Amino acid sequence: MIYLDNSATTPIHPEVKKTIIDALDLFGNPSSMHTTGREVRAILEKSRKDIADFLNCESSEIIFTAGASEANNTVLKSATNCCAFCENNRGHIITSNIEHPSVLNTVSCLGKKNVDISHIKVNKLGIIDPADVEAAIRPDTMMISIMYINNEIGTIQPIKEIAEIARKHNVPMHTDAVQAVGKIPIDLQKLPVDFLSMSGHKIYAPKGIGILFKRKNAKNICPLIVGGHQENSMRAGTENTLGIIALGEAIRQCKIEMLENKERITALRNKLEQGILSKLDKVRINGDPNKRVYNISNLSFTNIEGESILLRLDMHGIMVSTGSACSTGSLEPSYVITSLDVDPEIAHSSIRFSLGRETTEEDIDKTIEAVVETITFLRKISPIK
Amino acid sequence: MDGSNWNYSDKVKEHFFHPKNILEIDEKEYNADGVGFVGSPACGDMMKIFIKVKDDKIADLKWQTFGCASAIGSTSMLSVMVTENGGMSLDDAWKLTPEMIINKLGGLPPNKIHCSVLGDKALREAIKDHYKRTGQEDRIPKDSKSRVICECLNITEDDIRMEVLEGVKDFKTLQERTKLGTMCGKCVDTAKTLVDFYVGRYYTEEIYSGKEEEK
Repeated sequence: MIYLDNSATTPIHPEVKKTIIDALDLFGNPSSMHTTGREVRAILEKSRKDIADFLNCESSEIIFTAGASEANNTVLKSATNCCAFCENNRGHIITSNIEHPSVLNTVSCLGKKNVDISHIKVNKLGIIDPADVEAAIRPDTMMISIMYINNEIGTIQPIKEIAEIARKHNVPMHTDAVQAVGKIPIDLQKLPVDFLSMSGHKIYAPKGIGILFKRKNAKNICPLIVGGHQENSMRAGTENTLGIIALGEAIRQCKIEMLENKERITALRNKLEQGILSKLDKVRINGDPNKRVYNISNLSFTNIEGESILLRLDMHGIMVSTGSACSTGSLEPSYVITSLDVDPEIAHSSIRFSLGRETTEEDIDKTIEAVVETITFLRKISPIK
Repeated sequence: MDGSNWNYSDKVKEHFFHPKNILEIDEKEYNADGVGFVGSPACGDMMKIFIKVKDDKIADLKWQTFGCASAIGSTSMLSVMVTENGGMSLDDAWKLTPEMIINKLGGLPPNKIHCSVLGDKALREAIKDHYKRTGQEDRIPKDSKSRVICECLNITEDDIRMEVLEGVKDFKTLQERTKLGTMCGKCVDTAKTLVDFYVGRYYTEEIYSGKEEEK
């Protein structure tokens, strides 16, 4: 099996697996005062500290959540007032038109409650112009939320510039950094965002664990889940101890491997694209080739439909994803690809290859071969020439 | 993405991975007696069907598609159905429905049904084209006898059924696509009932077998 869908999720890192297995008997409730509880608390706090060090922030600024969707919901639902349930939610939120559904659908909920939403449009290469963000700021703007790296096309947004603009205007800034953490260095002392979301399962930890970074002096947020005092009363519920321990280990592994992975995977991604582009015509790279994360290649194969490509590659044992409508059962293709101001058929024919730490050169060779065979066949049966 | 979307039957997989009767030579060289072309790349599917007619039967059928696995699988199946046993008569071929094809395929996941409705449409277009080329326009059936629901815009029950087959799951979407009930509005209740009825028929089971409508 050749797994090229690492932006959807990643396999658990062998070291993370070991750490989880070793931790399976640590059943204590970290809130308990006794020894059994305290020993779990200690490991939990070690994880928190390692994650904080990796992002260059303080431990107290890390809130563990069930994942980035929860973190995004938590921040955005308390962006405009006390919380989403407040009757007097008012104000304005700025976001982009290529955010993850956990951002877009959350702001659209708020949009139904007297909150104005501005969706900043990306350019044809999938990049946001910070000047557009600045121009959209109003006196009642309560939050700017722009993703760091797009999950479909891999474009890296000018988050630092946008965050500086936000700070200049005294507007809280949030970034969904799911595809960025562990791939590009993030230094929260230099990146002036107030909130940042991330997810464990994109960096070789299991599903169901993520974090919300909330800067110490950032505006107060209202917890999405209320109850006990866990996570500084920001997120109630007994901690996902195994998840947190696993995430800590995944982050320690990122620290060790990040640079080496970047170099190796960049070379493999480039080889994949060059291999495909040199053997097939009418292939389009989606997203700015110079401002892309190194592990994503999103290609549109003109005149053929994505689900057909995906399933035929699956037959070859190659796992990818597509922006075609047929993959979701909806009638609309990917909004991220269509936001690049291209015809819908470009979106219908798009395939995302996302490489990971386990991808080998042999995988890439086989993929190029299978892609060429698949595309040649499907173009042969296409009525559009 | 729901994993059950990928629950294709072995028949669908067989026809998708090894589609039958694809037009591999140049269109002109094939010299068809009728050609039907439906769909649009914007919707993610297009279908082109070429037929050869002999003794008022489909002697041969070739096709090309820009479409997903369901579209490829169902058109491949259609091509077999109309050409086997010496070829289907033009009258019978005209009456072919997506349900009959889906049934032959052993069912399709409910949210893939809308991908399978282009084949028979293209086939009817090809037959129509043949009738026109041979001076048999009178054989082209007039508008079906399906009852009119929206009188202002002349939208029939069958139009609503086809919209549901193509993926419409609620009245709001139906209205956005057809503008039904936007003039006098008196058909709204009937149309809502019909949408629910057809959604229930086509999308409630994990795999829609097409059996209910086989005759």
